[in-house]
Amino acid sequence: MAGLAAAFGSGAMTNSIAEIENADTIFIIGSNTTTCHPLVAKRIFRAKKNGAKIIVADPRKIQMAQFADVHVQHAPGSDVALLNGIMNVILENKWHDKNFIDEKTEGFESFKKTVRDYTPEKAAEIADVSAEDIIKIADAYANCEKASIIYCMGITQHTTGVDNVKSLANLAMLTGNIGKESTGVNPLRGQNNVQGACDMGGLPNVITAYQPVISDATNEKFAKAWNTDILPQVNGRTIPDMLDGLDNGEVKALYVLGENPVLSDPDIKHVNKALEKAELLIVQDIFLTETAKLAHVVLPGVCFAEKDGTFSNTERRVTRVRKAVEPVGDAREDWKIIQDISNAFGYKMEYESPEEIMKEIAALSPSYGGITYERLEGDGLQWPCPTTDHPGTPYLHKDNIARGKGLFHAIEYRPPAEETDDEYPFCLTTGRVYAHYHTGTMTRNSISLDNEIPEGFLEINPEDAKRLDLLDRGRVNVASRRGEISTRVMITDRVPPGVVFMPFHFVENSANVLTNPACDPIAKIPEYKVCAVKIFL
Amino acid sequence: MDYKTVLTTCTYCGCGCNFFLEVLDGELVGTIPCKTSYVSQGGLCIKGWNVHEFVTSKKRLTSPMIRKNGELQEVSWEEAIDYTASNLKQIKDENGSDSIGFFASAKVTNEDNYILQKFARAGIGTNNVDHCARL
Ligand code: SF4
Repeated sequence: MAGLAAAFGSGAMTNSIAEIENADTIFIIGSNTTTCHPLVAKRIFRAKKNGAKIIVADPRKIQMAQFADVHVQHAPGSDVALLNGIMNVILENKWHDKNFIDEKTEGFESFKKTVRDYTPEKAAEIADVSAEDIIKIADAYANCEKASIIYCMGITQHTTGVDNVKSLANLAMLTGNIGKESTGVNPLRGQNNVQGACDMGGLPNVITAYQPVISDATNEKFAKAWNTDILPQVNGRTIPDMLDGLDNGEVKALYVLGENPVLSDPDIKHVNKALEKAELLIVQDIFLTETAKLAHVVLPGVCFAEKDGTFSNTERRVTRVRKAVEPVGDAREDWKIIQDISNAFGYKMEYESPEEIMKEIAALSPSYGGITYERLEGDGLQWPCPTTDHPGTPYLHKDNIARGKGLFHAIEYRPPAEETDDEYPFCLTTGRVYAHYHTGTMTRNSISLDNEIPEGFLEINPEDAKRLDLLDRGRVNVASRRGEISTRVMITDRVPPGVVFMPFHFVENSANVLTNPACDPIAKIPEYKVCAVKIFL
Repeated sequence: MDYKTVLTTCTYCGCGCNFFLEVLDGELVGTIPCKTSYVSQGGLCIKGWNVHEFVTSKKRLTSPMIRKNGELQEVSWEEAIDYTASNLKQIKDENGSDSIGFFASAKVTNEDNYILQKFARAGIGTNNVDHCARL
């Protein structure tokens, strides 16, 4: 969440799920909330009942659009233009919060200059929406007491992902909608413990609680606590860099814990090729995933029902995971497997339980400092929770923005890395369906869920289907510059003409054979949401 | 007959709903929503309601495996751990710490992730740690 960290100094969801109910306006962009985060959607429905205005910006007519006061189907990848257009209207009409901007932010002047160029007419043209709708959105968002922004992968999975997020941060600061209840900029995390994996230092540039690896103080602290003198003070490789490293021979071994990059990463052919080059591929998982099938060593870990521990949800809430049943067969707790390997490798670890591990996490990570298993009984705790008498933090940036001052960024619109042309005339966007989750490792092994939606499909607008002579539920081929797959057609006006959609859970016809690995230069998130394809029988 | 319920947190999406897993004679048999859960307030989505099903799937991995003669073959934990550790050591000795990479996971617990990155940084000596948050 590099965009939010740059603007506010913290990359997490600023506010809490429960607060959504009391917002006056909710702006949902790039989040198919009812499908991907159903229990957040429930709060949005309650807000609507309480009289909130709902704005949805999504290229598809997602379910939430039916409940929206304004819905725009902006062209995939045009988010910056749309948002700049909205902010242009707010500035022109002087609906911005001058006091907030003066007191709590910096960088406003250059931001203002950039946004000046994005008249609603110009933004409307780039985003393929109407200028009236842009004005309506600006009015609804700016002219209310508490406005909340909710976004998800539809914002981040672009080559301009960080720009998109910074633009949302601009919008919130422009109207003073940050640091108050029921406002904020709220990324919904796709997987249940994405927040926790980030918090725990599962990133190449930070150790726990975002302590940078390039820092003498951090280095000294952890070297002492971990009894080691080899902590490197350089940023490590991101996932795409590790895959490239395998490909060019700089990386020899890869240890994959509970991930399935063969299905989840863009341009599967490239991923497969890279993984096949590994001298040592270690995969620790609960199923023999596509990635595990390539491994040299497969280590059976356990699932959430078979272990103790904690997850940190999208609103920074740490809650307990409790063991209900014994592991299947010889499967072992993941931390134990890693500890055993570490000891055999020659680096000593002697933890007795996850609780003991959490004690160490709390001692070394300021925002988790007050978290203990005892205190997690009940509702859990939202970090920052620095001390054992701190109640946790429902919303961030309350008195001051964590960064000191919120930083406006002047962002110009850049088109997606791959645009449609005569050969590849359709814009493919990818996402989830309600019954499945991520690469389907778990949901497709659940009978009830697999029965709901047993196979993949391609959504296409009736107009396009007619022109191409496609039959509903008939088979069709889809090709991009990277690969080709075959799938079933679903004719629906959920997608506008020229845009097609595929879910990415299905190994038989994986959308990520087609997607573009072009990444955002900072966040290194691939552009899953836009690539150019052709469709043929 | 031994029946109990265990309060825990959903493993699927980032909402982090709490619910009770129903355990009958050591087997998972169902999921019950939790009224007092701060997040879910007694609600669950279709994935949550069925979350116990994949746990008992016949396809779960039950034994460590090592590739021998091109095929993955079941081995003892001892062999799997030794094989992994000695190969990591050899690769580190020959090519340096940064020739080894780690994918942490958005699906495992905080404690699991903490141990993995600690092993990468303090054991191996590399910051090559990342996970699918980006994805
Ligand atoms: S029950 Fe559904 S909404 Fe709740 S955490 Fe699980 S997947 Fe998400």
